[in-house]
Amino acid sequence: MKLIIAYVKPEKLTDVKKSLFDAEVYKMSVTNALGCGQQKGYSTTYRGVVTEVNLHKKVRLEIAVNDGFVDSTIEAIIRGASTGQIGDGKIFVVDLGECVRIRTKERGSFAIG
Amino acid sequence: MKFRKIAMRSIMFAAPLLAVCATAFGDVEAAPTVQSNAEQIAASQTSINTVWMLVCAFLVFFMQPGFAMLEVGFTRAKNAANILMKNLMDFSIGSLAYWAIGFGIMFGTSRGGLFGTSGFFLSDGDPSTGDGMWKIAFWLFQVVFAATAATIVSGAMAERTKFKSYIFYCVFICALIYPVVGHWVWGGGWLSKLGMIDFAGSAVVHSVGGWCALAGAIAVGPRLGKYGPNGKINAIPGHNIPLAALGVFILWFGWFGFNAGSTTSGMNLSIGVIAVTTNLAAATGAVVAMITVWIWHGKPDTSMTLNGALAGLVGITAPCANVSPSSAVIIGAVAGVLVVLAVEFVDRILKIDDPVGAISVHGICGAWGTLAAGLFAQSKYGGVDGLFFGGGFSQLGVQALGVVSVFAWSFISASVLFAVIKIVVGLRVSPEEELRGLDIEEHGIESYSGFQIFTTQ
Repeated sequence: MKLIIAYVKPEKLTDVKKSLFDAEVYKMSVTNALGCGQQKGYSTTYRGVVTEVNLHKKVRLEIAVNDGFVDSTIEAIIRGASTGQIGDGKIFVVDLGECVRIRTKERGSFAIG
Repeated sequence: MKFRKIAMRSIMFAAPLLAVCATAFGDVEAAPTVQSNAEQIAASQTSINTVWMLVCAFLVFFMQPGFAMLEVGFTRAKNAANILMKNLMDFSIGSLAYWAIGFGIMFGTSRGGLFGTSGFFLSDGDPSTGDGMWKIAFWLFQVVFAATAATIVSGAMAERTKFKSYIFYCVFICALIYPVVGHWVWGGGWLSKLGMIDFAGSAVVHSVGGWCALAGAIAVGPRLGKYGPNGKINAIPGHNIPLAALGVFILWFGWFGFNAGSTTSGMNLSIGVIAVTTNLAAATGAVVAMITVWIWHGKPDTSMTLNGALAGLVGITAPCANVSPSSAVIIGAVAGVLVVLAVEFVDRILKIDDPVGAISVHGICGAWGTLAAGLFAQSKYGGVDGLFFGGGFSQLGVQALGVVSVFAWSFISASVLFAVIKIVVGLRVSPEEELRGLDIEEHGIESYSGFQIFTTQ
């Protein structure tokens, strides 16, 4: 079992959801996130004063999958989120120790699927 | 006992006042003549008229924040500062354009009943006479109307129009497009000579704004994500319904000045009827729009009901002084149904993206209000009978001609204007900017700094 964590551009979320659904991945959590990478944030002006290093708005997707789905999920996220421009985001994959479905108390890969 | 006390007190106050008057005017001893009385009465009337018109002008000015809150509420958080800037600038730039050019075109000496040619830069107002002062105050009352027509468009073109282009548009609607129609109907032009009824501006103000909004929304195209590639229609919900509701309440409040103030005279007691018809039509518009959308979609949709109140107000604006309270209820009811149908028609069939429903509320219900004056007018209110009260088709024909000619002029001239703007400075922001929000890209600021907002659409 793996936990896939992806940070993508907020406006690409619709496309990412669509490509995940097309790849038959229907389970995900999405949260608002702020962050900066190579772009090093952006600046705004407020009453003539420049504010630097504002963190970009991103969304964070968390998707727990069984090992067989890891590659297809990653590919689907890339397909949906990629514009080829700087700021498209990153994907992290970490091992997942356990997963429990609260309603049925199922554990492990049954609970994920 | 008590009476005597009051009498004593009155004398105590009145005596020094009389003394002051005597020193100030000197001739207080002279017995009033018929002529001096007539002059005094005329001066008082001018004062009452000026005061009434100014109070109403201030009320109509308050419709600007009403529009601002309505539009900001019905659009997304990432574009809030942009839409507020548009609302601020269409009043500010519009005021200057209307002062320099617009007012002269609207109320100047008529050239063939088409446009006025004098009084630019408010040069006609003579501050040394009461009537001259009234005329200067009259400019203020007119400029808030011009700005109302201008501000309608910002909602329909929200979330995707370049700020710079919008500024160009503001100048032209307040200097040219709106004043020409205003001259036709209110400035002694050809439609007023035909006897067209548009008491407070269903056609002059709201239709002009609505048809310019139609031209603008067509020229700029729909927002990204509004219409999917395979014809799917997506809703893009506004981010703050409480602000939109506040905007509608403010507009409703301001509308009492808009309609009742259009007598431009506090001596004209039809202001009572006007305030009543205005309120009844707005109330009916809201109720009927709510019922319509409830039956159609199963829920009393808040944003559509808010639009319904405005539809009733726009509908009653032309006939408010000419119809009975019962007729106002019918006019409001038709506007309430019409606005729901029109919003769906514009959104689903024409596929024109109008985030706040400006085309439906102001364009279509404005046309309905103008026609309604020809149907429901009663001579005991405004001196003219409409079709339903034995007046035949003549008034309705004039009203229909007004609707068509106002549409033709404002839609065509606005289309040309937007086409020129598109070539010269461009009309639409880049897709990247649109996705990120106009606040950051156009103004370098965030409206909700410190808040987390979703920008996933």
